[in-house]
Amino acid sequence: MAGSLDELKFRDPVKARALADALRREVELVGRSPVSIMHVCGSHEQAIARFGLRAVFPPALDVIMGPGCPVCVTDTPEVDEAVALALQGVRVCTYGDMLRLPGTSRSLADAQAEGGRVEVVYSPVQAVELARRHPAEPVVFFASGFETTAVATAAVVLAGVPDNLSVLSSHKYVPAAMDLVADQEETAIEGFVAAGHAAAITGWGIFEPFAARTRTPVVVAGFEPLDVLAAVVELVRLLRLGRPEVVNCYPRCVSRDGNRPALEKLWRVFEVVPGNWRGIARIPRGNLELRPEWDRLNARRRFRIDTAAVGGAGRNVLAERCICGAIMSGLARPTGCALFGKECRPESPVGACMVSSEGSCRIWHVYGGPPDLRGVA
Amino acid sequence: MAVDRVSMKHGAGGRAMRSLIQDVFLRLAAPVDGIGLSALDDGAAIRVGDRWLVLTTDSHVVHPIFFPGGDIGRLSVCGTVNDLAMMGATEPLALTCAVILEEGFPRADLERIRDSILEACRESGAPIVTGDTKVMGRGEIDGIVLNTAGVALAERVVTDAGLRPGDRILVTGTVGDHGMAVMTRRHALGLEGDLRSDVAPLNGLVREALRAGGDEVVAMKDPTRGGLASVLHEMAGKGGVGIVLDEPAVPVNPEVRAAGEVLGIDPLVVANEGKAVLGVRAAAAGRVLAAIQAHPLGRRAAIVGTATAERPGQVILDTGLGRRMLAEPEGEPLPRIC
Repeated sequence: MAGSLDELKFRDPVKARALADALRREVELVGRSPVSIMHVCGSHEQAIARFGLRAVFPPALDVIMGPGCPVCVTDTPEVDEAVALALQGVRVCTYGDMLRLPGTSRSLADAQAEGGRVEVVYSPVQAVELARRHPAEPVVFFASGFETTAVATAAVVLAGVPDNLSVLSSHKYVPAAMDLVADQEETAIEGFVAAGHAAAITGWGIFEPFAARTRTPVVVAGFEPLDVLAAVVELVRLLRLGRPEVVNCYPRCVSRDGNRPALEKLWRVFEVVPGNWRGIARIPRGNLELRPEWDRLNARRRFRIDTAAVGGAGRNVLAERCICGAIMSGLARPTGCALFGKECRPESPVGACMVSSEGSCRIWHVYGGPPDLRGVA
Repeated sequence: MAVDRVSMKHGAGGRAMRSLIQDVFLRLAAPVDGIGLSALDDGAAIRVGDRWLVLTTDSHVVHPIFFPGGDIGRLSVCGTVNDLAMMGATEPLALTCAVILEEGFPRADLERIRDSILEACRESGAPIVTGDTKVMGRGEIDGIVLNTAGVALAERVVTDAGLRPGDRILVTGTVGDHGMAVMTRRHALGLEGDLRSDVAPLNGLVREALRAGGDEVVAMKDPTRGGLASVLHEMAGKGGVGIVLDEPAVPVNPEVRAAGEVLGIDPLVVANEGKAVLGVRAAAAGRVLAAIQAHPLGRRAAIVGTATAERPGQVILDTGLGRRMLAEPEGEPLPRIC
């Protein structure tokens, strides 16, 4: 019941129009074009595209999606590990989005078609249930997502898992995504909208050192259309005033310190390690890996994973034209890619951004292609 | 893009399925006096004297076989009765029923399915007049496959290509109920609440709509796989019009909306088995809506959109907060991760 009331409250068209008016005034007061801001979350892009908000953003405001899709930045060798395990006879379970993510020569869906046992789960709890149903077989949970889902993996690990279950972690760490963009020389990004669900766990305080170091304002936002609009208005206001501060526009879920029990669980199980993000770069604090004390659960320690066996099947000409890396870095748009909506579509994705429902290409495509309908009657 | 293997998306009712049918099966299309395979409509209509013989066939696979609100038996009768009704043939003369069973299939389940076939036949007034039974080895098929075909006579045929700019789009009730009920059960998502399939025969409701609207009902289609979004794309494409869909006007049950939010699946692309989408000339829209709402299956019917001359073949969604294009569904919607 509370849910449906909230929904009405945060999808009120009258309030949306008032916020759109406020946004137009703020952007006019800044007096430059374009004003470029970035969000780093597929769910924010979902909300913007889903509700057609780009049709009400002022033309001078550029709202860009950055590396906010953990599935998209999962690197080819990580997929290869899962594919190799599946083809070695291990039962591999993972989230639905990971199934069609391209590896060097195959996706997990391809491995499944070749006889590998690959199953989709919706939570780590289902991975545990799967392992319990097949006690005589090795089962690997190919875990992906930012802190939000890493906490769920951690909770399951700490609750105790069956001996036959291992974890292959490709979890990613959100603060690294913003560092990456802010430190790019070519970046035009003047402010960030931070993901409310990740901040609910880490707390908004985690962004203060970032804002101070990069002199860039950060606004934490929720995922309803009014949340997004209100956060964008606040961010442009901070830009206009030249105040590189952190403002929490999602106080109903996010506190300064975050969810301490969840954080405590997260850091008991995971540690931050360097990792390659697909198409972007090696990110010094990009990945979350199981701590050494959990080696007995770590698929990378328990199995000899022969990724050489699933590598190199000739060069993929289409993939060489994919610009997912530039898109995720905020330097290009999906519509700037020659493959978008043509060779690269959800049913035959070339790049990772078209695979995941959190990827910007997929979102733009699902919600009707180029999202700017300002010119539509 | 040519693919050398059939995959699940080719059966999901979206663009992939349409291109497979066009690439492979359309070559079977032969000229007929009426509406044949090349129209890719819900069924065929052959001119016989001054009337139309309407016929259709449909194979049914569903997992799970029994789901909240129905089962594969009810689904197989309603699917065929509804395909006939969408052509304007609301008085089914006869149905056939062919069943393929997997070795080991429980007899009690089969009898339960037979009973719900019977029940749906009574509701729709469609008698089953012939059938066929085959058994395949264990593992060769998944439990049970049902095929039904149906025939009916109609005075006038309604296609899905008749929209003109200015026409109104009606849906006969809430969208997304069937697919969401089956999906949450299939993936064992354990969502609470009353998610129930809407599977029902629509011929009685369509009869009332046609009685009220006559020739001014110009397009009909049932939004099964691919949901309302897929039907609107088809109607826009075949009619050479654009469609503006007023999202806040689309009836959606709160349970379906909530499940959609949790799973990241838009009820507009989710299957229905007891709903119809009608294109009606603007002057008759109110009259047809009232007739549909007076029918027990149409109480929540609504006018949800308008056909436009701009952007032919495309569907624009007015969300109430902004506007965007509504994409044509590609394949089976899958729940997202985070």
